[in-house]
Amino acid sequence: MTTTAMAPVPAGERTGGGRPPAARTVRRAWTEHGLVFVAPFLLVYALFLVWPLISGVGMSLTSENITGAGGEFIGLDNYAEAIRDPEVWSSLWNTVWFTVLSTVPLVVAGLGLALLAHHLRAVQWLWRLSWFAPYLLPSGVVCLLFLYMIYPSDFGLADQLLASVGLEPGIGWLGDERYAMLSVVATTVWWTVGFNFLLYLAALQAIPAHLYEAAELDGAGAWHRLRHITLPLLRRTTGLVLVLQVLASLKIFDQVYLMTGGGPDDSTRPILQYVYQQGFTGYRMGYASAVSYIFFALILTVSLVQPLLSRRRAEEAAK
Amino acid sequence: MSGSATVTSRPAPAKTPTGTSASRRRTWTPGRIVLLAVALVLTALWLLPLAWALATSLKPEAETATTPLEWIGSRVTFEAYSKVWESGDVTRWLMNSAYISVMTTVLTVLTCAMAAYGFTRTDFRGRRLLYALVLAGIMVPPQVLIAPLFREMVQLGLVDTYWGVILPQVAVPAMVFILVKFFEGVPRELEEAAFVDGAGRWRVFWTIVMPLSRPVLAAVAIFTFISTWNNFLWPFLVTTDPNGMTLPVGLANVQSSFGVRYAQIMASLVIAGLPLLLVFALFQRQIVRGIAHTGLAGQ
Repeated sequence: MTTTAMAPVPAGERTGGGRPPAARTVRRAWTEHGLVFVAPFLLVYALFLVWPLISGVGMSLTSENITGAGGEFIGLDNYAEAIRDPEVWSSLWNTVWFTVLSTVPLVVAGLGLALLAHHLRAVQWLWRLSWFAPYLLPSGVVCLLFLYMIYPSDFGLADQLLASVGLEPGIGWLGDERYAMLSVVATTVWWTVGFNFLLYLAALQAIPAHLYEAAELDGAGAWHRLRHITLPLLRRTTGLVLVLQVLASLKIFDQVYLMTGGGPDDSTRPILQYVYQQGFTGYRMGYASAVSYIFFALILTVSLVQPLLSRRRAEEAAK
Repeated sequence: MSGSATVTSRPAPAKTPTGTSASRRRTWTPGRIVLLAVALVLTALWLLPLAWALATSLKPEAETATTPLEWIGSRVTFEAYSKVWESGDVTRWLMNSAYISVMTTVLTVLTCAMAAYGFTRTDFRGRRLLYALVLAGIMVPPQVLIAPLFREMVQLGLVDTYWGVILPQVAVPAMVFILVKFFEGVPRELEEAAFVDGAGRWRVFWTIVMPLSRPVLAAVAIFTFISTWNNFLWPFLVTTDPNGMTLPVGLANVQSSFGVRYAQIMASLVIAGLPLLLVFALFQRQIVRGIAHTGLAGQ
């Protein structure tokens, strides 16, 4: 409880105590049983991550169905087909579009809520409870809740609220192509903004108070302090939040599957759902894994580009 | 929510005894009142869906579809809850989720802590290479592996079993990374003293390292529990038998089985959501600190 995870204790030197026998005991002890400690993890890791990763490549080169039967080697045909498949491109586009639409509000709202909670710290438990707690709910709970809030027009909360302020109810929240993706995005923002909120809140609390006090003595107003102290000091956190958010958003599946099933007219179907449809309902496992490796390439690009960018920025700053 | 102490807000006033900042915090300028109003509106907006689910679940079924909306029915009743409970499905899914999440959490904490300790504190041939291989795994999103992993489960006969759900969630490279970072900061002298006193490797691990690491282990455990409890895609793929489903997967089937009985649907959502809200209430501080730490570890 008292030690924090970030205790900056340097790794101690091996002093050994000077006496040869003790030193030998210690040295032998350090090298003892090493493999035994890592073996259980490595076994599970090899079986359920490394092996599927490798065997999936093999699988993507075959015409395999769901039972593993009928797998014939067909080379890169699956990849060639996937690149020509308009449904791959449309579901990739839906995935990217969802990521664009959801990332901006999730990062901005996360920051905004954290700033509010930081400045109104008297009842911080209330802000944390209301903005973070939804993040802990299973997607099944969140999606069913929103489904019944927005779907049935005789009963849905959203339409009733619209009606109560004199607006026209009966918007096709999920049935209308114009609103379906936005409804999924709104659900996601409500559900997951709490994570970014807490990351930002922790970063805000780590900013030393004396910076603000000094600025205040110099006569800097609230807006000035926000622009010239808070936001620049949050740059690293923002970079982190942004990458985590983009990677999380690219993996969208649950909300769409549970709320729209990918519709209307496949307008919300993300790439993971296309993989699922090809592999698990269309029984084309080989093709499904080829599509998922194309998706994997996209994710790898995003996760590799960010460190490169931030390193370049750091180098520029150092000049 | 009694433990409302935050990461740093408790010690902060002691550290900044300057009169100006303390008095500034207490004055209610117009700007602060506006901020408070905005925050309260947003809180209401965020709590609205939860309040609505709770209110609907406590109504008699006949009154759930009334327009205009009424928050409280003619009477408050737990009928919907007892019906959901009696039907057995939600109870069954709750037990499955609890079993799977607890097993996954225990196994993850154990294997990841052991591996992290092995990587930081022991020496064996290929150690650096293996650690690099584990770190590379952070890049692999499990969602990408669903097709080959499913085939493997078919071959191993693990479809529709608890182990089929649990095992692929156990080896989490990111958790090893977090634990390695922690172990690197623990001074070696404690362990060396124990070695000289004749303690073996295992005793040192169990009686010195593990107790010292309780805060990180708690964070890893809580995160594993939350993500396992809420995981949808993998359990959804690997279980077809309704009796073996986890709560999130079972709920996805609820629509068809409940028809339009809104009170019962909302009651089942409340039942499904409560366990993690309780976890939050109990472990608020660890969760907040854990997320903050995840953020730091990511940099």
